[in-house]
Amino acid sequence: MGSRLGGIFWSLIFLAVPVLGVATFAIAPSYNIWLPKNVSEHGSSIDGLFYFILALTGVVFIATEGLLFWFIWKYDAAKAKGPATYIHGSHTLEVVWTIIPAATLLFLAIYQMNTWADVKMRRPAMAPTVEVVARQFEWRLRYPGRDGMLGTRDDLFLTNDLHLPVDEDILIQLKSMDVLHSFFLPNFRIKQDAVPGMKIPVWFKAKETGQFDIVCAELCGWGHYKMKGRVTIESRADFDRWLEETYARQEATQPAPEDTVAAAAD
Amino acid sequence: MSTATASTLSHGTATSLPPARKPRPVAEFLSTYVFSKDHKVIGLQFLFSTLLWFLIGGLLALAVRWQIAWPWSDVPVLGKLFAQQGGQMAPEFYTMLFTMHATVMIFLVIIPILAGAFGNFLIPLMIGADDMAFPTLNMLSYWFMWPAFLLFGASFFVEGGAASSGWTSYPPLSTNVNSAPGSGWGQTLWLLGLTMVGVSSMLGSVNYMTTIILMRAPGMTMFRLPMTIWAMFITAVLQAFALPVLTAAGFMQLTDRMIGTGFFTPEGNVVNNSLASTGGGQPLLWQHLFWFYSHPAVYIMILPAMGMVSDILTTFARKPLFGYRPMVYSIAGIAGLGFIVWGHHMFMSGMNPALGITFMVSTMMIALPSAVKTFNWLGTVWGGRIQFTTSMLFALSFVSMFIIGGLSGIFMAATPVDIFIHDTYFIVAHFHYVLFAGTAMGVWAAIYFWFPKMFGRTMNEFWGKVHFFLTFIFLNGTFFTMHILGAVGFPRRLADAYHYETFHHLQPLNAFMTYCAIGMVASQIIFAANFFWSMFFGPIAGRNPWNSNTLEWSAPSPPGHGNFDFQPVVYRGPYEYSVPGVEKGHLMQTDPPNALATAAAAAH
Repeated sequence: MGSRLGGIFWSLIFLAVPVLGVATFAIAPSYNIWLPKNVSEHGSSIDGLFYFILALTGVVFIATEGLLFWFIWKYDAAKAKGPATYIHGSHTLEVVWTIIPAATLLFLAIYQMNTWADVKMRRPAMAPTVEVVARQFEWRLRYPGRDGMLGTRDDLFLTNDLHLPVDEDILIQLKSMDVLHSFFLPNFRIKQDAVPGMKIPVWFKAKETGQFDIVCAELCGWGHYKMKGRVTIESRADFDRWLEETYARQEATQPAPEDTVAAAAD
Repeated sequence: MSTATASTLSHGTATSLPPARKPRPVAEFLSTYVFSKDHKVIGLQFLFSTLLWFLIGGLLALAVRWQIAWPWSDVPVLGKLFAQQGGQMAPEFYTMLFTMHATVMIFLVIIPILAGAFGNFLIPLMIGADDMAFPTLNMLSYWFMWPAFLLFGASFFVEGGAASSGWTSYPPLSTNVNSAPGSGWGQTLWLLGLTMVGVSSMLGSVNYMTTIILMRAPGMTMFRLPMTIWAMFITAVLQAFALPVLTAAGFMQLTDRMIGTGFFTPEGNVVNNSLASTGGGQPLLWQHLFWFYSHPAVYIMILPAMGMVSDILTTFARKPLFGYRPMVYSIAGIAGLGFIVWGHHMFMSGMNPALGITFMVSTMMIALPSAVKTFNWLGTVWGGRIQFTTSMLFALSFVSMFIIGGLSGIFMAATPVDIFIHDTYFIVAHFHYVLFAGTAMGVWAAIYFWFPKMFGRTMNEFWGKVHFFLTFIFLNGTFFTMHILGAVGFPRRLADAYHYETFHHLQPLNAFMTYCAIGMVASQIIFAANFFWSMFFGPIAGRNPWNSNTLEWSAPSPPGHGNFDFQPVVYRGPYEYSVPGVEKGHLMQTDPPNALATAAAAAH
């Protein structure tokens, strides 16, 4: 059934899968289509795990797709002589290819746990640096002000313009007013859904100064795409100066924000 | 039937066809082709309906792709139909598009085409029964799809448009009518439609379980069942246990919306500057209930394709299935583990991160039975004698593509890595590799394979291969590139992401993917033409055009009412290919052992 030419053609189509697959991943970084620059302390361990899984799955991908190609090439009915091998399985092989992947996967799961615990479970013992309240379709920010406490008279209110100090532990208290949102900082490898009715802590440490994107990563309505913020990482001195300036501007342009404080207080 | 002894039955005797009557022609047409209780007609009704919705879902996908590639530019053809401002798409229209694309593809295409079309058509034929255990229930399972078709279809035309809170329908976006334009009637109709799909699935599911347990032909033990039937059986079990949870959750959301029960609305919820009248609920509750169904549903959407592909691979590799029992156990393993992994959809949701760790372990472990299946498929092809039919090419591509979909899943299972790629195009790539490159390719393999049994004619092989080639190239062009897009963190469900510094340079890649998607949809014209042409003009297929072993191939093509013109008796497993000493090279399940005494002894 069919000519050898057909068998060769179709085998090569299946060979193209691993060849082009690996090529895509190899070429993408040179077009800047790759992990964005990481500027957080824990981000490098997340990236490390990403590369580790990429290497592991890459080997399995090349091996299995390569075998599939080889079998399709070799066992073409138009090429191979005689009937197919009459075999119903192999107990040894089943045991081997059950135990090795099982051990690998279990190792992989255990290997991830420490990083996960660092990013999501080992919360630093400190007062929140800033409270982020998501709403359709903006990020409302509240800084504790001079007294270091949220919910007091000197709280600072801003929208979408998050400033944070470099090289310090930062604790964000994440809330949502209306629907689900997700606080996504691509360059910091941070993502956390904001859930109405919950106060969720988010922490990280920035390694570099600069300006970066805040993206909403959970569908929140028609304006989901434009729920954009910016985070500015600056030195402690610059950050303190910015806080002072912003506070002065707020005092100058607004009456004492007591009503707002009362409404936003927990 | 099962009490009949093998000795009294042989080929050509004892037909179960009813005596000929002369009913009125209109009534006869209605009872034969419309309100039919024949499982084969119901299967074909499901097939035609779901293929039509497949087209609609594909066009919705193209509209989504258009907006991602060229945001806010005039949409050709479809733009004039729907969008208000010239041909330009509004952002709320975009959210509606991807919501309905996923809804249509999952609830009106993949689930009903696997269980409804192939489950119905194949189960009685492959186990040697004359029909389903409950033919009326079976008919109802199809006709309960029609309220769903109408509800989902009508929702496009109500005020505010169809549902637009994602196919996952997360509250409060989905429960609060102030939160989005499509959160009005569109969302209500969506919930009702979903309930109808659930009723249909449940009716099918109890029927499949009963039929497979009680109506197997004499000699058809459970471990002689073809993999297709094992997969359908376990899928039916999954449906029966998981669906009630979704149905209950759907009603909770409905009452939240209609009478203010507040199951999912937290205290003090202010949406669009108006305070919700109720509170005390928890948005995360919906996610737990929804994914408790929808994660097993992911396996409902792939297991039957795995089963069918196993049968097709063995037929065209002319080789017994490698590791039949491990294959069965791994399907059961996937189904069992499938109930304790739902939390991996919620790693970033605000669920207790410690719980995330347990879900990570169970999720990693569910990759194991999938890996075992893949190795056994490779073992099946190894040492075979491959016949490159269209059906075989689709089946081989299922294996090749499932490897990609399976491996990319490990990235998301790893909770720390998921922090970055959660809700990006990496996950979009992953589930399209499983559901399109996997299941849809498996469905095409099955259509080309069983078409002769459905219509008595074979499909055109040349155009079938052209269809395969184009679909295969374009699908990889569309979906493989999504992996690297996800590596940048490109988020899903954004109508326009290029105003972000991180993503502004990704438009050319997205345009490339959209061109591939257009090519992929256009290639299906070849399939549709081949399908309908072959139905009427294809070469006549005999009972067994592929020299396959399972019971359906010993019935006439197409089988009449009652399926078999003899009482099938099963003597062996379904995968006796290339049996040494057998002249025709394979032993059908119905081939009596006495005629092939020596070979049968070697076989079992």
